[in-house]
Amino acid sequence: MEAINPTVMNLIIFVLAIYVGYHVVWNVTPALHTPLMAVTNAISAIIIVGAMMAGALTETTMGQLMGFLAITLASVNVFGGFLVTRRMLEMFKKKEKK
Amino acid sequence: MLDFSINTVTLLYLVASVCFIQALKGLSHPTTSIRGNIFGMVGMLIATISTFGLIGNMANVLRTESLLSGIILVALGIALGGAIGATMAKKVEMTKMPELVAFMHSMVGLAAVFIAIAAVIEPHALNITEKGMQIPAGNRLELFLGAAIGAITFSGSVIAFGKLSGKYKFRLFQGAPIVFSGQHFINLIVGLSIIGLGVIFTLTENWAAFFLLLALSFIVGVLIIIPIGGADMPVVVSMLNSYSGWAAAGIGFSLGNSMLIVAGSLVGSSGAILSYIMCKAMNRAFLSVILGGFGGETDLAQSSGESKPIKTGSADDAAFMLGNADSVIIVPGYGLAVARAQHALKELTDKLIEKGIQVRYAIHPVAGRMPGHMNVLLAEAEVPYDQVFEMEDINSEFNQTDVVLVLGANDVVNPAAKTPGSPIFGMPILEVFKAQSVIVNKRSMASGYAGLDNELFYMESTMMVFGDAKKIIEEIGKASED
Repeated sequence: MEAINPTVMNLIIFVLAIYVGYHVVWNVTPALHTPLMAVTNAISAIIIVGAMMAGALTETTMGQLMGFLAITLASVNVFGGFLVTRRMLEMFKKKEKK
Repeated sequence: MLDFSINTVTLLYLVASVCFIQALKGLSHPTTSIRGNIFGMVGMLIATISTFGLIGNMANVLRTESLLSGIILVALGIALGGAIGATMAKKVEMTKMPELVAFMHSMVGLAAVFIAIAAVIEPHALNITEKGMQIPAGNRLELFLGAAIGAITFSGSVIAFGKLSGKYKFRLFQGAPIVFSGQHFINLIVGLSIIGLGVIFTLTENWAAFFLLLALSFIVGVLIIIPIGGADMPVVVSMLNSYSGWAAAGIGFSLGNSMLIVAGSLVGSSGAILSYIMCKAMNRAFLSVILGGFGGETDLAQSSGESKPIKTGSADDAAFMLGNADSVIIVPGYGLAVARAQHALKELTDKLIEKGIQVRYAIHPVAGRMPGHMNVLLAEAEVPYDQVFEMEDINSEFNQTDVVLVLGANDVVNPAAKTPGSPIFGMPILEVFKAQSVIVNKRSMASGYAGLDNELFYMESTMMVFGDAKKIIEEIGKASED
């Protein structure tokens, strides 16, 4: 029996992930749509995984430069995205105590 | 150096993916959202640490000579980007959130392009092929898609950023749409050229084609956003949010990395749903938003020509009406955000609540410049979220309400949406016109984004209070004290 092509496996993951995303996001309350966007900004910065590989494992100057730039840009989002989401959510929380 | 087997790394990626899903799930209610956000951070931490492990593993196999300097490079990049990101997150004003989000979309897009270029230069470093081997055609197709979507996301977001900030003189960054004859035809030609070049690249590994299609993708990103007017910005921001996710997923396919595919798809579908919600709230077809040309900030002369009578009043009159009411609903619009009046508004409502008046806020889905923007602005002013209602939940309440205070909102309260034949017919609105009396604060009689006259302003029960939202609210607040 031949092995499954990795791209087919990836396609399966892709479709199922879209399905999960679809159902989870419809449950997000409209009041939190702005934090949702900020946190998805941070999550899409997962691209840092590819950037790290490019930065650490390439040997040409061009490859390393590309990797370094990609890491920097993605890190802006990782830190900026999660922290600004946190800042917004804190605002929603504060008023509960009253 | 960490050295994880590929199976360990993949399992850790699975854990990180579950964390990301939890992060989104937490946002279903304000009370669970902060925990959700922590899940998201933990997921990202797991993903980066596992990637260090993967790098260690691959470096042994590849015998990477420059591993140490490479790792230093990674650490430097994270420190530099992290410092920039953290500073921005701390400093940004809540009214400027749409710009920050647009900026971040462009970061993801550009990062995707850089990774694609690195993959093209040294495919073995990204685990695409063995050292010295050619990139297989399937991976070339995926690289082409990831890079093109990334480039479109980048340049499109830059234009969106400019339009949202509204402070640049550069014509492409103005809110008014840019339309010219043959526009769609040119976009179509450029789009088809990108696909054509992509096919050439996939079939022949022609690098010139790859870099040419990259350049064209940057151009098409600009071209598709410039004809879209200021009013449609919530859709554009959501759409670019979606694109940034697909760009990450596309890169995930080319690197065969399940982590990128899962996280990218989550973001992609999230952005797509938000675009859909925004279009529905404006009763606009997604396609017609994309084709653009609608929604410039116009101060058209009133379409009817003759001046109809309106009733105007002062802040004191408004304070008197509010003070005598039993129930008040406040409808904040973008004008409130522009005037930064949310804090003054909170003070005013506190005074009203002290007098035993029931005060609620009604939020239209497109109030503000991005989905949920108004909720954040009210939250910033410490308005409790249980006083804030979505359109569907509060529309049935207007006819039992004494006074509705409309602040800097126009199209979303325009009863013309109920009149067949009107350009905005069918758009869901806040049914303010059903209330006993209405107070509308605007800067002038200028029409809203849709360029339409608003019947609400001429109604017997409506009183117009002209002036800057913040100033008027403060005056009403002062007058309410006596």
